[in-house]
Amino acid sequence: MKLKGRKIYKGIAGGEAIVTKDGISFYGGVDPDTGKVVEVGHELEGQSITGKILVFPTGKGSTVGSYTLYRMKKNNTAPAAIVNKQMDTIIAVGCIISEIPCVDKIDIGEIKRGQRIVVNGSEGTVEVK
Amino acid sequence: MKLTSEEQNMLDGKRGRAAQKSMEILTTLGEIFDAECMVDVSSVQIAGVSYANLGEAGLEFLSEMADDGKVKVLTTLNPAGIDRENWQALGISAEFAKNQIRVIDAFAKMGIITTCSCTPYFIGNVPHFGQHIAWAESSAVCYANSVIGARTNREGGPSALASALTGKTPKYGYHLGENRHGQVSIKVNAQVKGTDGFGILGKTIGDRLIELGKNIPFITGIPSASVEELKSFCASIATYGGTALFHMEGITPEFDRYPRPTGNVSEINQEDLENARSELVDDCLEVDFVSIGCPHASINEIEKIANLLKGKKVRKEFWITTARPIKRIADEAGYSKIIEDAGAKFATDTCCVVAPIKGRFKGMLVDSAKACYYGRATNKFKVKIGTIEECIEEATK
Repeated sequence: MKLKGRKIYKGIAGGEAIVTKDGISFYGGVDPDTGKVVEVGHELEGQSITGKILVFPTGKGSTVGSYTLYRMKKNNTAPAAIVNKQMDTIIAVGCIISEIPCVDKIDIGEIKRGQRIVVNGSEGTVEVK
Repeated sequence: MKLTSEEQNMLDGKRGRAAQKSMEILTTLGEIFDAECMVDVSSVQIAGVSYANLGEAGLEFLSEMADDGKVKVLTTLNPAGIDRENWQALGISAEFAKNQIRVIDAFAKMGIITTCSCTPYFIGNVPHFGQHIAWAESSAVCYANSVIGARTNREGGPSALASALTGKTPKYGYHLGENRHGQVSIKVNAQVKGTDGFGILGKTIGDRLIELGKNIPFITGIPSASVEELKSFCASIATYGGTALFHMEGITPEFDRYPRPTGNVSEINQEDLENARSELVDDCLEVDFVSIGCPHASINEIEKIANLLKGKKVRKEFWITTARPIKRIADEAGYSKIIEDAGAKFATDTCCVVAPIKGRFKGMLVDSAKACYYGRATNKFKVKIGTIEECIEEATK
């Protein structure tokens, strides 16, 4: 199955999907050293997003979150790609400066946790294997 | 998006890597928000300056951009984590200070004026009515849009830097007149005065806007307001309501320019303001820290503080946070000597929100509703809002 969305940042990445219905604030909500979600009460609290294809509705919180994504990329704790329902500026800018493939306008309800998926940031598509 | 040939050259990497990365950021934001084209900006103000927020990776990003990036327009910085000349007296560690200076040096290499202030409009980075700008500090964004009538979206650190290095921003949001109309009428049926009073009004209206799901209020019932009162109001309504633009009848320059909002008028009464004030006073509060200057104090405020402190002795940690050029004026006018002789400290380039002082004090007294929010959330203090006079009285008690 191939889902068509919108290109945000170029590049192709494949991996295991980790999916949440909650928004994500990278500043304060994710630990850039461990790659784990630390926001209290978040659906993914305590889980690592490192190397996964991170699928969530939209970003939230402080604009400093863009730099947190960049820190994760440099620390090798970043997700391999990001798939959003609706892009916000914090995630978009974070992906551009960190060079993480990213697409939005995807029906994320079609993606299940643990599925192998391939994100093509240049085409704006997500392929579910 | 439609790009000019020069904008396309930047995007294609013909003007260097920093300009290319900047254009990638700006065109992507433009696509997300359906901008048709870019617009030239005349001024930039960058947030994301404190090393506490940037860390090594953020510094690395800035250093990469500084390799070949040079600003195209006047650009200043938001407050940093330290006072560059006085950090030791404020109890900041040498290691933090060293890292903070590395951040400021990276900005300086790009040609940015490294005056660190949330009130760029007091220190010569000031647009005129209708100019397009790219500012990041939320209180300054609100002040520029509302009080000056310039046009900016709420930028993040990297997008503001991208505008500085290209002189461009995507034309969407508050850059377009059609998006600047008031959305809901707010009628104030109460006397409001002082920086604390206007901060409380900002919180009350900000909270109301969140409830109503509206962004731009059209406010009536305020007969007059000083620059300092508006500065405090902007900081507070931006903090509590996420507001980037308001219109105030008889006061802000665009209040009569657009059609007024139709629909129900939301009223703010004396009781609403009293409730908001009580929400900004924590129980069991023991004040051991007093801070004035959120947003950064004006020369008027510093004169007032000097007059109130004359001949008194400060007995608690007491910071006056301001921009360095304003401190220089206070030096020349003799206010600094009075204030420092009394035992209060200037904290320039920084403030009680971004300095690394988490947990250092138990209770903080301020005249700013914004400082109350971040004092609680970021620095884990108990807080209380009061007038400038009450702040001086507490500090000298």
